[in-house]
Amino acid sequence: MDKKKIVGHSEERWDAIAKVKGQANYTGDFSFKHLLHAKILRSTIAHGYVKSYDIAEAAQMPGVIKIFLPEDLPHHLYSTAGHPWNLDPAKRDIEDRTMLTRHVHVYGDDIALVVARTELQAKKAMLKIKVEYDEYPVYLTPEAAMAPDAMRIHPERENAFASSEVGFGDVKQSLKDADYVIARHLTTPVQQHLHLENQIAVAYQSSDQRWTCISSTQIPHICRRIVAQANGIDWSQVRVKKPFIGGGFGNKQEIIIEPLVVALSRALGGRPVQIALTREETIAYTRTRHAISYDMKIGVNQDGHLTAIDCDVLSNQGGYASHGHAVGGKGGTFINALYRADSLRFSAKTVYTNIATAGAMRGYGMPQVIFALESIIDDAADKIGMDPIKFRQINHQPDGFYNQLGQTKQRDFLIEQCLVKGRAAFHWDEKLAASQAYKTGVKRRGVGIAAFSFGTAVWPFGLETSSARLFALPDGTFKLQVGATEIGQGADTALAQMAAETLGVPFKSVIRDVMTDTDLDPYDTGAYASRQTYIGGVAVKKAAEEMKQKILKRAETEFKVQLEHMDIVDGNIVYRADGDLVTTVKDMAMQSYYDWDTAGSMETYSSINVHHNSYGSGCSLAEVEVDIETGQVKLLSLMNVHDSGKIINPLLASGQVDGGMAMSAAYGLNEELLYNKAGKPLNNNMLDYKLPTAMDLPDLEGVFVESQDPLGPYGNKALGENPDVSPAPAIRNAVKNAIGVGIDKIPLTPELVYNQYQAAQKAAKGDL
Amino acid sequence: MYDITGYHEAHSLADVFAVIRTDPHARIVAGGTDVLVKNRAEAATYAEVALIGIREIPELQGIRLEVDGTISIGALCSFDEIEHDPIIRQHMGLLAQAVSLVGGPQTRHMGTIGGNICNAGPGADSSPSLLAYNAVLEIQSPTGTRHLPIRDLFTGPSQTVLKPGDVVVRINVAQADYQGYVGYYTKFARRNALDIANQSCAALIKVNDQQEIQDLRIAFGASAPTPVRAPHAEAYAQGKTISADVLKAIGTACLKDTKTHSGRNSKAFRDHLVTVLPGRNIMTALKGDE
Ligand SMILES: Cc1cc2nc3c(=O)[nH]c(=O)nc-3n(C[C@H](O)[C@H](O)[C@H](O)COP(=O)(O)OP(=O)(O)OC[C@H]3O[C@@H](n4cnc5c(N)ncnc54)[C@H](O)[C@@H]3O)c2cc1C
Repeated sequence: MDKKKIVGHSEERWDAIAKVKGQANYTGDFSFKHLLHAKILRSTIAHGYVKSYDIAEAAQMPGVIKIFLPEDLPHHLYSTAGHPWNLDPAKRDIEDRTMLTRHVHVYGDDIALVVARTELQAKKAMLKIKVEYDEYPVYLTPEAAMAPDAMRIHPERENAFASSEVGFGDVKQSLKDADYVIARHLTTPVQQHLHLENQIAVAYQSSDQRWTCISSTQIPHICRRIVAQANGIDWSQVRVKKPFIGGGFGNKQEIIIEPLVVALSRALGGRPVQIALTREETIAYTRTRHAISYDMKIGVNQDGHLTAIDCDVLSNQGGYASHGHAVGGKGGTFINALYRADSLRFSAKTVYTNIATAGAMRGYGMPQVIFALESIIDDAADKIGMDPIKFRQINHQPDGFYNQLGQTKQRDFLIEQCLVKGRAAFHWDEKLAASQAYKTGVKRRGVGIAAFSFGTAVWPFGLETSSARLFALPDGTFKLQVGATEIGQGADTALAQMAAETLGVPFKSVIRDVMTDTDLDPYDTGAYASRQTYIGGVAVKKAAEEMKQKILKRAETEFKVQLEHMDIVDGNIVYRADGDLVTTVKDMAMQSYYDWDTAGSMETYSSINVHHNSYGSGCSLAEVEVDIETGQVKLLSLMNVHDSGKIINPLLASGQVDGGMAMSAAYGLNEELLYNKAGKPLNNNMLDYKLPTAMDLPDLEGVFVESQDPLGPYGNKALGENPDVSPAPAIRNAVKNAIGVGIDKIPLTPELVYNQYQAAQKAAKGDL
Repeated sequence: MYDITGYHEAHSLADVFAVIRTDPHARIVAGGTDVLVKNRAEAATYAEVALIGIREIPELQGIRLEVDGTISIGALCSFDEIEHDPIIRQHMGLLAQAVSLVGGPQTRHMGTIGGNICNAGPGADSSPSLLAYNAVLEIQSPTGTRHLPIRDLFTGPSQTVLKPGDVVVRINVAQADYQGYVGYYTKFARRNALDIANQSCAALIKVNDQQEIQDLRIAFGASAPTPVRAPHAEAYAQGKTISADVLKAIGTACLKDTKTHSGRNSKAFRDHLVTVLPGRNIMTALKGDE
């Protein structure tokens, strides 16, 4: 009997039409009577204390309702990091901030709020507030903040507020044993998410006298908790609604403005208050990707055997702890997931500084550590004169490897297949051979590769729970409710496909809702860690299986055909044996509402807690042309190969892959948030922050090594973040292949490439 | 948040002058692609002002080839219009190429060449080419009409000699300034679209059959506080036969007229670009790649 496959098929995303027609309402599209607007007054120093405010003139400005100083709002300590709450206080995110502060930790810190009738009035009044500061020394780098005489940025703890060391074996000895030791100091820049929709939230008192917050958040249920904690009210007093979202990439896994709007509405008699950050504020004053530096050493033998990987890590946290050490401390597990060496040491410190607070961003530490790892691995291959793909092939972990650091058996770990497929699909050998014609002259060509590993969701480091609810509508369609958050990535569509597949009904028979509402939708922690189709998928599958049983049970009762003889195919209830029709889902649904004797609506609910992880892997291959006179790098071609298990929706998956590749290519070549010596951001706008355009990217090629992950609910594992991990080091390695210089810093700006090339030429001349 | 206090739609130059008389702070807006950005950013003299829309004024429209061979470009011509205009494509390829590199399609449809030069950004994409073509501006004001060579327009970053009430009506290029020349423009930017030049260079050259330079004009953007020509290099080049050494010497001589300083790129790197871009442009122009 032929079952129509819905999982694995590029179903049209359910919200596509609404978005094209302009019917999709985002937070800023809702209208409220008497909406008030708040602007945040931001510090114009990066470190210090506000001695005094003069609000006299500002308070007289037209439209001003009220000006709030730190003393005027609740000052409960909280963390903006969007993790599930931990019952163990020792394992909670560091609570190091209040809503407004006189203690300035970053340039642009929130030091006051102005509420006015219009946004422009709020802004103009805000500009009239005069502030006097005590200024403290500004620390831009972990090294500066860790100097013996450096002042504590948060008096309660040292600037190097977290550290960890993982590994096995004796790296010192293993390095001694190696034929060659390669040492590198590799650094990564501050990157920003640049999601299209800036942070925006509005809060008001609802008729039940509780507080509703409509917000562009990736984590509605966690948002409820943090808003309540920051305001010092019961969690049940907050209701969060998430409408359509214009992207987040992790920046909306932080609860940044939601506590403020709720606090303001509470202070203003429940009137609706909105904060809509500008692009300039979003780039400079929300969250960023941690800039991390790696002092790496690897030992390698002439035959390609890796003796040791040794790594000292410094992660620049910025002014508040946020996701903190979870990001910088992450690498050891995933180095171990990818390569086998006799010994491994991964020692990391996370350090407060006075640049923007770093937090969650797509890849969550992996783009940094893989840049470092894949640069030095490539240099090792060069050192022994081995083909870089072959070098990775002889050193990667085998399928089925038990990773002690991640407490995970790497089932269905297909890095070998990715490398083999990548070599062929990219035409690596042909491109490498062709590049030989471009090793003199102004334009030089080269190819490069980088591999990666990636976890799915956060177990065993964090809690993984989800839930789903299904109810049958009278016409045989089903409403699917999940707490998992659609933020543009297509999660809702993928989850609906899963429900339809398991139920045996057409894709269109599963109805999703744009709004995730903490009062109505079941609990899920939200969109992050490439977790939703994996963890949310388990919950959806369970609810759908139970619903299917309910429907078949009803058919059994009605038609006296044993349940095990029936199946549901394309909305029909049929004999398993030959597909002959018994009845339809629609008839059973109608009955469940209106049959005089048996009516009773069909609803199922699932709630799950998952204690396993499935590691994905993959690689990027890049071909570049470098202009040695100007240092400009032109990306000629770029391919990603992914081992992400079963691909639920190929079109949506390719969207994730394209986006991730673009994000990482620009990470390698162009993107970087810059600060002056005083800690002031210099390029917090879309002109000066060099997000790539379509003109800056070649055709992006994504290839899948599809398989059936044994633990993924539909054979699937992580894909959302994976594409953003390895393009940058592949480009770095391609540039090295082109010009013979391995550059240890990204982005590879023209000036950097030019200078490094010149320096290498001078050094080579000096050697002669 | 825009901070605009009023809007006047001018249908004639007289309308503009009338508004300026009563409100000297009113700001002319053509395509608005600079004005609105600066208004939102609360830039001095751009925010809390009224705007005067000039898009309906007939004198500022269209591209013409005059009987004496002068090419006359209306200040309101958009980049897109200029890029695709047959007269410009035939006679002023350097300008067509330069304006094709502005922003993205939306900006090229809204942004005007008049706005580009009046905004006086050091890296404005049309300025180096117009400098190379010795463009002359026709300016009308409440007191009359005057003609100003574009080299005399810029006084500093975002600063010009224009006074409130001065309207750039047309941009004129004499036949002798375009006939027989080939040119090429390099926009050195970090992105291939939606970017402002970190540095730019236009070269316009006329050579004879012996590859001797009859006339060379080089202009830079974002290599000094204003767009500048490179007269020292141009004088040096006169009569020389093109060779690698000559191109190198031309590049080095350009440093006499540029004034770079360290910003996103260091002064050393920017000076390096000043020396290499002219030669690359000359060679590309002569190869006829564009
Ligand atoms: C997304 C984006 C990308 C951009 N990319 C580029 C780029 O790649 N290269 C580039 O060079 N620029 C770029 N710009 C800047 C801008 O588009 C150009 O400078 C454009 O030419 C401005 O023309 P406008 O008609 O929009 O001028 P407006 O904004 O209307 O005016 C600009 C200035 O000129 C004055 N003005 C306008 N017309 C006249 C006139 N006839 N007489 C007297 N004064 C006048 C105005 O008062 C104002 O001071 C970009 C802008 C944006 C928003």
